[in-house]
Order: sequence, then C-alpha cells, then structure tokens
Amino acid sequence: MKPIRSNEHATISLRLNGFERTGHAEPRMLLCDFLRHKLGATGTHVGCEHGVCGACTVRVDGVAARSCLMLAVQADGRQIDTVEGLTDSDGLLNDLQQSFKRHHALQCGFCTAGILMSCMDYLQRVPNPSEQQVRDMLSGHLCRCTGYTNIVNAVLDTANRRTSA
Amino acid sequence: MTNNKTLSTPSPPTSTRLNNLHVGQPLERFEDNALLSGRGLFIDDLGVKPGTLYAAILRSPHAHARLLAINSEKAAQLAGVRAILTRDDVKRWSAPFVVGVKSPMECWSLAIEKVRYVGEPVVVVVAESRYIAEDALDLIDVEYQALPAIVEIVRAGESNAVVLHDAVGSNVVSDRSFRYGDPESAFASAAHRVELTVDYPRNSCTPIECFGCVVEYLGDDGYDVLSNFMGPFSLHTVMALALKVPGTKLRHRTPPDSGGSFGVKQSGLPYIVLMCLAARKAGAPVKWIEDRLEHLTAATSATARHTTIEAAVQPDGKITALRYDQIDECGAYLRAPEPATFYRMHGALTGAYDIPNLAVHNRVVLTNKTPTGLVRGFGGPQVYFALERLIQRIAVELKLDPIDVYRRNFVQKNQFPYRATAGALLDSGDYHAALAIGAGDSRLARLRAKQDAARSEGRLYGIGFAAILEPSISNMGYISTVLSPEARAKAGPKNGAISSATVAIDPLGGVTVVVASAPAGQGHRTVLAQVVADVFGLQPKDIQVNVEFDTEKDAWSVAAGNYSSRFAGAVAGAAHLAAIKLRDKLARAAAQNFGVDTSSISFENGKIFSRMQPDKAQPFARLAAGFHWSPALVPADESPGLRETVFWSPEQLAAPDADDRVNTSAAYGFVFDICGVEIDRDTGRVRIDDYITTHDAGTLLNPALADGQIRGGFAQAVGAALLEEFRYGDDGAFLSGTFADYLAPTSCDVPEPTILHLETPSPFTPLGAKGLGEGNNMSTPVCIANAVADALNVKEVTLPLTPSKVMAMVGINAPEGRAQSALPTMPNQEGRGLSAAGTIDISATPENVFDVLNDPNKLAQVIPGCHNLTAIGKDHYRADVTIKIGIVKARYQVEVKLSELDPPRSFVLSGKGISAMGVSEGSGRITLAPRDGGATLHYDYSANVSGKVAAIGARMLDSAAKFVLKQLFEKLGQVATGDSVPPTRPWWQKLTAKVK
Amino acid sequence: MKPAKFDYIRADSADEALRLLAEYGDEARILAGGQSLMPMLNMRLTQPQVLIDISQTDDLNFMRAEDGTLRIGAATTQARLEWREQLKNEVPLVHQAFPHISHFQIRNRGTVCGSIAHADPSAEFPLCLLALGGEISLRSKKGSRLVPANEFFLGTLRTAREPDELIESVSFPLLKPRQQFAFDEFSMRHGDYAIVAVAAVADVEGVTFAVGGVADRPVSQYWRGVSGNDMDAVINDYSQSLDAQNDQHASAIYRKHLVRVLGKRVIERVLS
Repeated sequence: MKPIRSNEHATISLRLNGFERTGHAEPRMLLCDFLRHKLGATGTHVGCEHGVCGACTVRVDGVAARSCLMLAVQADGRQIDTVEGLTDSDGLLNDLQQSFKRHHALQCGFCTAGILMSCMDYLQRVPNPSEQQVRDMLSGHLCRCTGYTNIVNAVLDTANRRTSA
Repeated sequence: MTNNKTLSTPSPPTSTRLNNLHVGQPLERFEDNALLSGRGLFIDDLGVKPGTLYAAILRSPHAHARLLAINSEKAAQLAGVRAILTRDDVKRWSAPFVVGVKSPMECWSLAIEKVRYVGEPVVVVVAESRYIAEDALDLIDVEYQALPAIVEIVRAGESNAVVLHDAVGSNVVSDRSFRYGDPESAFASAAHRVELTVDYPRNSCTPIECFGCVVEYLGDDGYDVLSNFMGPFSLHTVMALALKVPGTKLRHRTPPDSGGSFGVKQSGLPYIVLMCLAARKAGAPVKWIEDRLEHLTAATSATARHTTIEAAVQPDGKITALRYDQIDECGAYLRAPEPATFYRMHGALTGAYDIPNLAVHNRVVLTNKTPTGLVRGFGGPQVYFALERLIQRIAVELKLDPIDVYRRNFVQKNQFPYRATAGALLDSGDYHAALAIGAGDSRLARLRAKQDAARSEGRLYGIGFAAILEPSISNMGYISTVLSPEARAKAGPKNGAISSATVAIDPLGGVTVVVASAPAGQGHRTVLAQVVADVFGLQPKDIQVNVEFDTEKDAWSVAAGNYSSRFAGAVAGAAHLAAIKLRDKLARAAAQNFGVDTSSISFENGKIFSRMQPDKAQPFARLAAGFHWSPALVPADESPGLRETVFWSPEQLAAPDADDRVNTSAAYGFVFDICGVEIDRDTGRVRIDDYITTHDAGTLLNPALADGQIRGGFAQAVGAALLEEFRYGDDGAFLSGTFADYLAPTSCDVPEPTILHLETPSPFTPLGAKGLGEGNNMSTPVCIANAVADALNVKEVTLPLTPSKVMAMVGINAPEGRAQSALPTMPNQEGRGLSAAGTIDISATPENVFDVLNDPNKLAQVIPGCHNLTAIGKDHYRADVTIKIGIVKARYQVEVKLSELDPPRSFVLSGKGISAMGVSEGSGRITLAPRDGGATLHYDYSANVSGKVAAIGARMLDSAAKFVLKQLFEKLGQVATGDSVPPTRPWWQKLTAKVK
Repeated sequence: MKPAKFDYIRADSADEALRLLAEYGDEARILAGGQSLMPMLNMRLTQPQVLIDISQTDDLNFMRAEDGTLRIGAATTQARLEWREQLKNEVPLVHQAFPHISHFQIRNRGTVCGSIAHADPSAEFPLCLLALGGEISLRSKKGSRLVPANEFFLGTLRTAREPDELIESVSFPLLKPRQQFAFDEFSMRHGDYAIVAVAAVADVEGVTFAVGGVADRPVSQYWRGVSGNDMDAVINDYSQSLDAQNDQHASAIYRKHLVRVLGKRVIERVLS
C-alpha cells in the first residue's frame, strides 16, 4: 500500500455502529482519539493510553480491542462498534445494558462503555460462562467504583436470560 | 453472595417527614440510561469553542534539583505551537498558593527556583493539538543542578536532613502537641502499657477518568474554568488568590459527569491555576486533559504516616489513656487543604472507644515526593491503621479475646450523644449491637472453627477485626486545630459545614432540584429525586435534578463539593429542607384556596388535598401553575415565585475551643469488620477467605446505592491492603507510573463481602442519614493487616501485603544452594537504587586501558552509542549518547568524568545524562589487575535512573542497567586491545553477535 | 501520552514488508497486534520513522500443523491460536499457559510472533517456545534463517533479529508420544506479567525446565534421567544459579524461591 507520510492527513472510512463514516487523521492518531474527537463518538472513554484499564475497548470487526492501542489509519475499511450502537433508535437499552442498570453495575460510568463492548464480544463466544470465567474476562478492565461484583452479576444474569430464552 | 439485612427502620428524627414511599427504596438510577448509552457528558466529551488549544506539561525528571535554565526556543518554533508558559509568566501573573500553616514556604503552579518532586510542572506548551504540544516538550532543554533527595519520612524530620525549602529551614512544617484529660497519670498508674509503631504507605484511589479542564481568559472578566475539580469549594478562594483576581472573576463550572473522584480530583487545583495562566498567555481557550502517567506520577497521594501509638490498659483490657506520636508526610509542598489529613480525624482520635485521657504529638514533614491531598478515607486509614493494630496487640499481649477488648471499650449506647475526649460529638450509635450483628448468626464462630481446622493442618489462617468511626460532613474549622489557640483567636473562628439546595417548580408543575454537589458517580440525582418526591407526594421520575456546579449562578458556600461523605447527611438534608419550605408555601396557598387550615393539607399521588375535607383537592401541577400564571391567587403575604433555596449548617460544628477540643464532623457512622485470611505458605499470597462488614450509617436513603458505595470502598481498601503503593527509589525516582506498576485490584482480586446494616438515625442531620462511602477505606486495610498479624503471629505488618513481603515474614528457608556465581549481583531489596558489580577478563593490559582514558577519540568509542565527545575540562567531557535497549531508544546529553586516577590500577568513571526519558546518574570504581598479558577488570557501580523511564519501566531497570554497564566495560576492553569496530555495524549488533 | 510522528505503511504482502524493512532497517518497526508496541509508542519510548503494519497482511496470517510443528504466522493473533480447537492436542503447553497470558481483550489483537519479537523476560510465549525447543523463522530480502529459541532471546527486549529481518513465523513442536507438560505462573494479579513463570516438558529420557520472569530472558535447563527424588536438590541448585532481577514488586530472593516452589509443582506434575 502507498505510504502515508507522517504529516499527511489520511482519509479514513469505516463503518461505525452500522453507519459509513469518514474522517481524516495523521498516521499517529490513536483510534480512540479519532472516534471521540473526529467522529464525535465520545461514549468510548480513555483511561490510561497503555492498554491496561480497558475503558477504551471497542469492537473491531466484532472483536473487543483497545482503541488506545490501535491507530485510526488501521481502522480504515473496518467495522467499528462502540457503546453508542448498543441502544436502539428509540433509546431502548439492550439486555446487557438493562442488566447493568438492574444490578447497579456502574457508578461513575466512565469505564462502563469498554466493559459493555468486551461483554458483547465475549458472550457471543462463551454464551454460558461460569463466574470465574466472567471474572477472568473482566480482569482486563479496571473499575474503581463498584468493586466488580455487581458487574459480574449483571453479566451472568444476561447470559442466563439469553440461554434460557 | 450478598447477605443484606436491614435490622430496624426507625422513625424519622424530625417531624418534617411525611410518607417515605421512596426514601429507603433501592431505586434504579436515573443516571444510568445516559451512561450506559455513551451519552455521558464527561469533561473530555464536551465540545469546545472553535480555536481552543491544547496544553502539555514538561515535568521534572529530578526529585530535587535547582532549576538553572530553560531553553524553549526550538519548541516555540515548531509549527502548531502557540504559546509556552514559563516560570517568568507565572511570577508575573500569579501568586503562590496560600498555605494552611504559617510558613515561608512558596508553592507555585510551576517550579520557580527548584524542582522538588519527580513530575513537578516546569513548562507548559500550548499548541493546536495535544500531539504537537507533546512534540514540543521533547524540544525543550532544561538545565538542572541535581540535589540530594529526601524520601524517608522519619529521616525527613531530622535536623541534619536535606531541606526542601531553604526559607523554611526545616522539613518539619508543623509541630503541635495536644493533651486531653490527664494522660501522664493514666500511663503512670497503668497495669499495662502496650505500644506499637506502624507505617501507612502512599496510595491513591486513581479514578479511571483523570483530571481535565477547559479554561478561557476573559480579560476584565477574569477566568472561566470548566473542570472536573469537585471541591471543596473553599479551595476556589485559594485559586482566586493565586490568580490575583476576586472570586467573582474566577468562574468555575463542572461538567455533568465525572469519572470517579474519591477525593483525588481535588488535586486539579494547581492545574486550574496553571491552565488559566496558559490560556492568558495563549490568548485562546486552552484544554488540558491529564494523562495516566501524569496522574500517577504527579496528581496526589494519601499521606504516608509514621505512628507510634501507646495505650494505658487495665488488666481486663479497658483502655484508660492513648498516646499518639504521628508524622505525616505531605510530599514536596503543603498544598491546601493539607495538613488536613491529620485534623479531619482529630476530634475522634479515641475512635469508637470511651477513653478519657489522650496525648497527641503531630508533626508534618515534607519530602521529595508528589504533594498529598484528598484520597477517599482521608485521614481515616492512617489513624485506624495505628489504633486498630493496637487493639489487636492489646488482645495479644494481655491474652484477651479481641471481642472482649472491643466490648469493654466501646462507647455505650446510653452515652449518645457522646462528647469524645478530643471534642468529637458522637451523634448516635449502638456499637455493641453492631458487633453482635457482625459476629452473630455464628459468623464469627464459623470463622474460628475454620481457623482451628486450618491450624491443625499447619496452614496459616488468621482472623482480623476492625471497629471504626466513619466521620461525615467535615467541620470547616477543623483544619484550624493545626494553629495554636492564640493564633486561632487572632485569625477569627472557623466552623460549620454549610450545604445548600434549591428546589423550584415550573409552570407545568415540574420540580427541579439544584445542588452544588459535583458528584462522581454516587447517584446523587437519583437519591435527591427520591427525597424530594416524598416531600411533594410525587414520583421520583417527576423530579429533575441538576448536580452541576457553577460558582457564578449557584447558591454555594465554602463547604460545597463532593467530599467528606457529606451528601446523604448534608446535601440530601438541605434538599429535603428546601422542598419542605416550598411545599409549605404551596400548602398555605392551597389552604387559602380550599378555605381550610394549612395543617390539614397533604401532598400525595400528585394531588394536594385537605385531610379534613378530602373533596377539596387539586392536582399538584394545577396549584403550581397558579403561582406562575395568576400571582393574584398567591396569598397576600407570600412572594410569587416557586423557588426556594435553603442553606443548612449543623449547629454542632463549633470552632475548636481554647483547649483544642474540636467536633471535627457532624455525624459519625460506625463500621465493624471481621475477616478471615489464609496465607499460602509457599508463595506468601494473602487470600481473603471471608469478609463481614457491618455498617451503621443512620437512615439509609437508597440501600442499593449504599451497598454500592460499600463494595466500592471495600475494593479500593483491598487494593490498599494487598497491592497498591506509590513506590519511590532512594533517590526519589518515582517507580509506579503505569497501571502495570501501580496495581489497582481487578475483578479477580476482590471478593464479595457480606454487608450488614444497622440504622441508628443521626439526630443532627435532617434525614437522620450519615455518610457511608469511606468506611471500608478506613476499616478494611487494618482489618486485613490484623488478620495477617494473627495468621503469622507477628507484630510488625506493613502495607501493602504483597506476596514478596509476606513471604519474607513467613520465612524462606533457603536451601544449601550453589554459591552465587560471578554474575553481576544486585542487592536483594525491592525498588532501591541500582547497583552492579562484575569482573571481566580482557586481553588489553591495565596500561592499555589507561591509554584509552587519556585519548578522547578512543573514549568516544568506548561509550555505547556515543555520537560526539568534547572535552569541557580535564578528564571531563560532554557527549550525545543514544542508549538503545531493544526498541527502546533514548538520546541523552551526557557528562562524563574520570577521577581518582591511579594508573595503572584504578579509576572512577562517573556520568550523568538527561533526555526526554528522564535523568540517569552513575558512578563506579574500576580496578585492573594484570593477568597473563591482559588484565582482569572489576567494576562496582551504582546508578540512579529517574523520570519517565523509571516511572514506566521500573520492572526492567535492573536488567537494563546491568546490560548497559556490561556493554560499556566489554567495549573498554576491546578498544584498549585495539579491536576496531567495523563502521557499518552499530555497537549493539556487534555485542549481540558476541553474546551469541 | 501521544506517539511521536511516523510514516505508516500497510504491507499488502510479506514481500512488501521485507522490501520496506530492507529500505528502512532499524528506523522501521513492524506493527502487528500492537499490544506491546503501541504503549511504547504512546509513551514515546520508541520513536521509529516508519511503521510497517502487517496486521492485515494475509500471507502472514496463518496457522499450520506441518512437519511436526505448529507454525504460526506473524499476523496471527493470540486469540486465533487460543480458540483453535486442536491446540490442546497439538501444543498442550501453550494451551495450559493461555489462562495466564494477559487478558481476553489484549489476546484478541496481540500476536504470538509479536510477543516473541518483543522479548519481555516475563512473557509466556517466549518461555513456552524455549521450553519446547521451538524455532523462529526470520526472513529478510537477503534470505531466510531458522533460529532456535535458545539462541534467539538475548536479554530484556533484545533478540537475535537483525533490523532488516521479519519474524515470519514461529514454530512450536507438536506433541510427541509420551511427552508430558506442565505450566505454572505466579503474578501479582490475574493476567499481569509473571513474577515467575515455569514450564516443564518431560519425555522418556528427561525433563526440560524453563523459567521466565527471573533473569533478563527466559532460561531453561535439561535434566536427563532425573528422578523425583533428586528433583528438590536439582531445582534448588538451578534456582540459585539464576541471575534474578529485582523490581518494585518482588525481590530477587523471592523470585528464586518461587522458582523452587513452582518448579517442584510442575516437575511433579510431568513426572507423575
């Protein structure tokens, strides 16, 4: 592929939550910055910029990944899903979001978007996880408010309802 | 899973409450739909004015150094850079921050003459993007003269210690002694004296959202600030004074959402001032978002505390006197509101116990570390780590059951309100009942049976307890306890804790509540909706709550803000009172309309009616509309508006008295914790087997949110107990700059506690509620420490209880192993300065080596990655050196010095370097001994690495330092032998080829 | 915390990546999953002129069981390997190690070869590759070479890869009859870099014991014909001989102690 020079603002077209979106960015711009500040999808948050806290997790072609550890130019042509896409056009929360609300699984809500995106991917691959599996998966996210238990319960409850439905 | 049990729901303490349909219910939160949908509005989510610029901060890599020169010309010329703020601007436009004690210490928003901690701001660059601003930072050259650093808390206070602030002349910036009752006699006549020395480490609750602000300079109108700083807004005054503007010219607003605070966002204070100045210099709005490395390195920390505590104890375990000797370490500057960490707890230093005699000696010391400030629990973890460890020691030394020690010393139920020895007025409680609940249902008995079984199998199992008072609603006057009574009298009294709330009704009957509470996820909107809905007989969903804070438009006072667990008691209370005031106004109008007595008016189910004549009824909205559309219908002596503001301050919060007695908080909750831990004999890992926490926070407004607060505080406390610490090297290098180094607990590290409640309403707060968000931050670290002390039967326990540390306590029975090889060795301490020694055989003679030292061209070949080397004195050189380890590459400006030359036997080679990665300094002696035509070269080195690379790469510094040194001396051998280096191959390839 | 400037080139093929490496050499970095490189870019610990992105280079995204090894291409994510149904029968040691390797979200993008290239002394893939006697396939425009794992890791973040070389793939030997495997790790938190990680591979003749997180690179030792009874003394001696590193979380002494504790566990498991 043609190189993108460091000063060049490349055109990046991607499918964000089902919509074709286009923006421009230098090669070094992080995907999280691009999503938030170029495309206005501020629901994804930035907590550490070194891949530990998990707040910026989005789905890249369906796969949960840190958007602070990816460049915007890498997302060209890809499908990116963020928390904004979970709620339907009437503002109705999906089952996982509802479960988080029911279980008081968020307080400040800053880390929540990343956690939801991880869970959306994970529950598709592991529809009926054990509590330990959920805790292992969530260990890729730091939450300083909740102490995690309510998050674990919300995820398990969602899985139970999905598999028994 | 959770075992939540509410034991009693008492009647409200005042007659102002009507039907509690909603208060006390676990209502789901109104905040959640937006937060779960990505519609939260955090500081970095808000759009900014076109033309807004972005700031980045150059920070000190040194813990302590003189700031000689700053050269930012190259940075200023970088395309996109718009302004560079230096100390000259800061001196011109601002003043040092007001300090809480009388001291000539100067604390500015940028370093002026010296830097005093790693991460201290030195220069601000304002540019068109954060990316460009960071590019510019790399182009700024700062010349420092390194000074020795002081990092150890006890050492800092000694008379011959290195002094941080020359004008102060000592690192002890406050030294006060207090005496209550007759402690000397009590100790003299005591049957037993139990003493303990403990240390509490530096840590923080590190919210996942860092600090951020968007600032604009408005000329004559001063400064406009939007930031997630959450108070206390007494500090607004501190900022305005630093900016040399009236408070009215510093408008501060908060965004609707804040991503966690836990006190920590108070640390935004100096940055607000700094960015105001940057915006002024840039002539445009400036946005600055603190990044994680900056946050961990330089935001704030809880104080480290060194305490010697002693109790006079009767044979039955009854404590008759306590003596505290405490040193609080506040970092490089005493930043407001410090030294509040000491004084928040002062009135209640006797804890939950009835102890009539107390002696306290408090010293505040400064060290070359990040300034301290509010961190959830503020002062509590430090005090209780000493006091509750002491209770455990009393039980051990007097061979008593800890439960009996608690029972004998607790304040009795019939003593409330109880005036504690140092002045706290304990509002309500039943500590014996709480203990009985926690230990009850065979919970404690089961733990003890488990312990017996484990011990009989040789396993290490311990049980710990902690009983703590959880203060809420801080007395704004408590900090003045640091002053002598005479100084206080001169300054005038400070006291109270004013909270405020405004309730309004719109023309369609919609109710709005506005409070200046600036929450960070606690669910204030939901709880206030519950509280106000009950007053008006409406549904919580009908109440619109705004919790943003605007100093220009809101009703507020110095105590406003989100701290000291003041929401449930003070803010919700004020909202309740404001709603009552408005309701009463509506009631009077309704009574006039209906022609009935006001006392018969009720508000239920969206209707206003007379209980005497139920046919006299009106929809709530209709009556409210009347006030707006027909002022003529409003009773003659009423004002027409439907908006009431209430300011409330608990009258019990008096100023400290002449004997230094102070009621530090309006309400005191109670927490009693029990835990069982098992320690893995093989690895030293502490596993929390069971944790029971019993809370009495008065009336619970929303039990689901209350338990959420408890779980969150508990998780942070588990981190403080087992994982978290800001680590520094002996040279003041900061070593915990990433979330891979500062270890916050994950979902796999936090067990689920059993949460139990007792509700003894506070008689002093409008709703009977007390704060409950901080209790476990105070109780849990020491409870776990007590359990570990019990498991290992040890006296000294320091946090965090990391496996490496616990294993050292368990004891490693080192086998008869092979002797250490001749490999370079390092001292077996964690996080200390680096040193390396080694011996290599070279084919050059000692004389050849000295030939190299005398030839700058050869010397340049010896130094790995040396680009050019110029002499700046005899045996003194300057060079550009690129250090490369794997893909990590840093270009250092280096000074190299040869000294103590004793040809051909030995010499000392020293070097120091600075780069965007930080600073390094090393010195070592090289000795040479002839060996069959060659030589044996021995080196013994110590090195310090500080700044960014130490903060983020601490895990690899040891091996990296060894590698660089080994490389250096191998190279010395080669060059001395006359091996020339092929110019096409960089040194590292050559080296790797050799290692292969 | 934002990266310095760099040019970006998405390589459409391995050949293109090699051509670019030949052109830029040490000024270029290969970006595969980015889970180690990106944090270092964000912190500006590394400031290459050029990033060569191979994450979408199809001819580097493969897993092949062939010639007695499982070959994993440079663009293959750890998650692809983790979710490979046959892995536990093919390379049981790696299967056992997976629960310790970072986090779900990181494994989703992180590559196996990237972890090998990064050469963190505490990382699990280098340890497993060394324990199993695997190989690294390096390719440049000039040619290819295979480097055994025990010659590849040179120290903290340092490997035998030359600047113009691409780690094209790594090969884990497939399970052989009567081999036994065990992996264990001690870390501060779930998914953290290991304080100590150990692997044992036993066949009929002896045991390979490998240790990560202790020295500046993974190290291993082969003991022929050793029995359970000698094991204690042998592991004790071995742990003492290691050049253990200190850091802010664990002392060198503690690390050596853990080598003994975990070493006994894994060796007992493979010998039983």
